[in-house]
Amino acid sequence: MSREVGPPGQRSDVATDVNNPSLEDHVWDVVVVGGGNAGLVAAIVARERGLEVLVLEAAPPEMRAGNTRHTRNIRCAHSEPTSSAQGTYTTDELYEDLCSVGARPVDETLARLTVVQSATIPDWMTGHGVRWQPPLRGVLNLNRTNHFFLGGGRALANHYYWLAERKGVRVRYKAKVTNIELQDNLALAVIVSTGTLHRRIRARAFILACGGFEANRGLLERYWGSAAANFVVRGTPFNDGTVLSLMTRAGAETAGDGKGFHAIAVDARSPMFDGGISTRVDCIPFGVVVNMLAQRFADEGEEIWPKRYASWGQLIASQPNQTAVAIYDSKVRGRFVPSVYPPYESDSIEGLALMVGLPRQRLTETIANFNSHVTQGSAFNPNQPDWCTTVGLEPAKSNWALRIDKAPYFAIPLRPGVTFTFLGLAIDSNAQVRMRDSRTFRNVYAAGEVMSGNVLSGGYLAGFGLAIGTVFGRIAGSHVLMTSAL
Amino acid sequence: MIDLPRLIQEAERQLSICNACRYCEGYCAVFPALERRLSVESSDVLYLANLCHDCGACLQACPYAPPHEFRVDIPEALGSVRLGSYRRYTWPRRGAGLFDNAIAASVLLTCAGAILAIAAIIGLSGMSALTTIDVRAGSFYRVVPWLAMLIPSLFATGFGVIVIAAGAGQFWREMSATHRLKSLRWRHVVGAVADAMRLQYLDGAGPGCYYPDRMRPSSMRRTLHHAAAYGFGLCFAATAVAAFEQDVLSVLPPYPLFSIPVVLGTIGGICIIVGTAGLLGLKLKAFAGGIRLSGFALDASFLMLLMLASLTGLLLLALRGTAAMGGLLAAHLATLLALYATFPYGKFVHAAYRFTALVKNRAEHDAEVTY
Repeated sequence: MSREVGPPGQRSDVATDVNNPSLEDHVWDVVVVGGGNAGLVAAIVARERGLEVLVLEAAPPEMRAGNTRHTRNIRCAHSEPTSSAQGTYTTDELYEDLCSVGARPVDETLARLTVVQSATIPDWMTGHGVRWQPPLRGVLNLNRTNHFFLGGGRALANHYYWLAERKGVRVRYKAKVTNIELQDNLALAVIVSTGTLHRRIRARAFILACGGFEANRGLLERYWGSAAANFVVRGTPFNDGTVLSLMTRAGAETAGDGKGFHAIAVDARSPMFDGGISTRVDCIPFGVVVNMLAQRFADEGEEIWPKRYASWGQLIASQPNQTAVAIYDSKVRGRFVPSVYPPYESDSIEGLALMVGLPRQRLTETIANFNSHVTQGSAFNPNQPDWCTTVGLEPAKSNWALRIDKAPYFAIPLRPGVTFTFLGLAIDSNAQVRMRDSRTFRNVYAAGEVMSGNVLSGGYLAGFGLAIGTVFGRIAGSHVLMTSAL
Repeated sequence: MIDLPRLIQEAERQLSICNACRYCEGYCAVFPALERRLSVESSDVLYLANLCHDCGACLQACPYAPPHEFRVDIPEALGSVRLGSYRRYTWPRRGAGLFDNAIAASVLLTCAGAILAIAAIIGLSGMSALTTIDVRAGSFYRVVPWLAMLIPSLFATGFGVIVIAAGAGQFWREMSATHRLKSLRWRHVVGAVADAMRLQYLDGAGPGCYYPDRMRPSSMRRTLHHAAAYGFGLCFAATAVAAFEQDVLSVLPPYPLFSIPVVLGTIGGICIIVGTAGLLGLKLKAFAGGIRLSGFALDASFLMLLMLASLTGLLLLALRGTAAMGGLLAAHLATLLALYATFPYGKFVHAAYRFTALVKNRAEHDAEVTY
């Protein structure tokens, strides 16, 4: 096997030019499919072990790094206060939080592994030059459980790309993998397509870090039916599940629920793809949410911080036309992060109904009924559960329940905004992809969203996707040396 | 032509996306200041535009930067509003045109200064003063009489100070119209001085400024700006010390090499040349790298004038004992006069507006913390 790897620039670029025929002669040690957090971490770790690494990124440079672009923090356990997080967050507490947001993890061993290994992530990141944000103030007060890196995910990815390339990792952009060449349980090559050009890239090991399938409407429909047409994809448009499908067809075992995804309530006016954080609607706890029949359908004041955003995507996905409307009044204006689109505004509830297409009579009744069940029992406090609650109302609003009675009134139309899907490739604790016949692929690894279904089920825990990606990126990147094919 | 209302509107559009995202709040003062505002008025945009130091950290971090359909580019949006704000607050209104023709204005003013200086020499001291070798005390004034040096300079700088102060005052009043401060204390001013002197917000919160490479931070620009700005300060100090020696101690220039005015002025001049040449170099590199530089002409002409003033000053020092002294003195005075005259209509005003914004930022931040 080849080990003579020089720094970038000293080598001919022949091997990395996908349009160059001689590329087909080269055999890389490792090809990483997907240049998001998991792929970059895997590439860096493999490169640090002396391997010759090529990253294939489907997006052009300015849109690179998949959903990492839209992240801003990573959830990690820590036994003492660090420069990036306050207090302590034990592995047990993190594991409990993980269990509390959905059903039990699909693979408890891998979930435990992720949680335990998460504790070593902040130091690893700091050691690799990642900068952290100074402790936050204001509305985003997650800084005990989540470590905020400076500038968010695109800044993080920029740094990882720079670091990887400085270490000698080669990167190809607009390099979409359209096929995988396998011989029983051994992968030989991937076929990369740029436009009408197809190139065969050979490697001794492959790390699949290419995300979920949220950008593939057809695949979403397989699990969600026609409802999928109304989903907004707030994540990258490049995660179309091609590699996941290819591997499944080749005998890979899958993990996770086909309907499982991380989705939040986003403004219905958001772009079809890539809207990210700014399309998130933050006002839900401060008013009510009704479906298009003008009926409430869930407790807007439920206090479960990790779930605060993640539960509403699924809730709205189950409503008629996958659409809902958040309504609040002037009393709470300015209490939350504004949405990117201005809310609809009217001096009357009827006027608001007209603007957003809700049945007027019904909406007036729903609001009046809600108002009549609000007890002004304790003082309204938006910063913590305040027991301002409704009595005898179904569904109840268990915190922050204020009457909606001060004009002007505001409405924001909501849709489920899918960030990423959970269903993915089943792996073992070496990140090697498992087969349905209970073997594993000898030289195929998976990290990141493409294997998140091993750990996540039902709900989502903010910042945990990056933890999964970093943990399994590191495992794949270091274990790849042990690959028998190398 | 700058259509300020349209630029402000575009910045407002982009800032509303920032306010819903907030990933950049760790980078500088602009984003926390934005988050303090429920709605963004045009005076707020003018404030944020001058608070922005153009470090570029937010652009490389932005998931909404072009080609994303949201087309967010805050350094560019705020930079062009900032340019517009210089025109908006200037006086007389006609002077605003100079901002749009900065290079032409600098060249013309330098030529005018040169003509004026040579005319003064010929008219007041005679043609021969241009080429006489003279190393005795007061030699400069035998070429250009002291008052002929003093009066145009005092007039130009005095006028500049008044125009810039009035502009900063109007800027302050406009900012206060929408967000009146609860209180303004000395510590806010002192804090703003510290922010300005350290260029606190030109470091991308640590790694440096994303310039001239929009993807890789570097502390180069900050260092070079420090060199130019502190060099300017040293030259100002040299002038003040020289005035003291001349008017209080009655010791006329030229001063010996190892006197305080000459040492300060020499170090200052070298710093300015290094700083301005470096900043111009970075600018060309950025330009070659495809960064849109809306203020290129304004920046470049100011840097060139500063550099020329220092170069002619150092040359004058080096050759003051030769027949070139008269000509070099004329050249030095001409560039200085052009520099002073363009102070209120060129890049120099950024110091005043940015400092005003920094004071406001300190006071707002304080009010928020002590609530």
